[in-house]
Amino acid sequence: MANSSEDKKKAPAPPSPPLTTMSVMAPAIGWLIPGAGHIIQKRWIRGGLLLVSIALMFLLGVMMDGHVYKPNGGDILDILGFVGDLGAGALYIVVRVLGVGDGASAHVSADYGKVFIIVAGLLNFISVADAYHIAIGKKA
Amino acid sequence: MSLELSHFSAAVLFAVFASVVFGITQRSGTREQVRYGLYCFAMFVGGVIVAGWAMWILRH
Repeated sequence: MANSSEDKKKAPAPPSPPLTTMSVMAPAIGWLIPGAGHIIQKRWIRGGLLLVSIALMFLLGVMMDGHVYKPNGGDILDILGFVGDLGAGALYIVVRVLGVGDGASAHVSADYGKVFIIVAGLLNFISVADAYHIAIGKKA
Repeated sequence: MSLELSHFSAAVLFAVFASVVFGITQRSGTREQVRYGLYCFAMFVGGVIVAGWAMWILRH
């Protein structure tokens, strides 16, 4: 046990990535507008594909009458649903402002729509992390 | 106006969008991204078909 703790002390800490304007702006803009974190780093095609995929998935979910979660402190699944929805950034904000997705639809497409909206937000979180990795030079 | 999709078409659309994002974010080179995206799409759609047949066998 003593050796392992000594090893931990000896091991140098990995260098933290440099804090640049791009490493802050790319994730922030990428969250607000899906794919924009890649586009501002001149990854035009990747950014465009991410924008089309995530935005279309979100919009299809809304068109299927999917439920849009509001901030809540109740059931854990509702909280996680809100976190997923929030990942879509400006799309989520626009939909909330328009008041879409408030109704409770009984048909099965609405259930698919709810999943589409949540997953679009989660995919955007992955896209944001990728934009950050490109900005700090971890990914080509 | 409400869009109503069948379970299969919803699953295929889901697979297309998720595969595009996975391909772009999980690989670096263009060729690897395309290959990984196609692999993810095949796994998604293949999983749907296998699960569908498994449920059919359980039902009968």
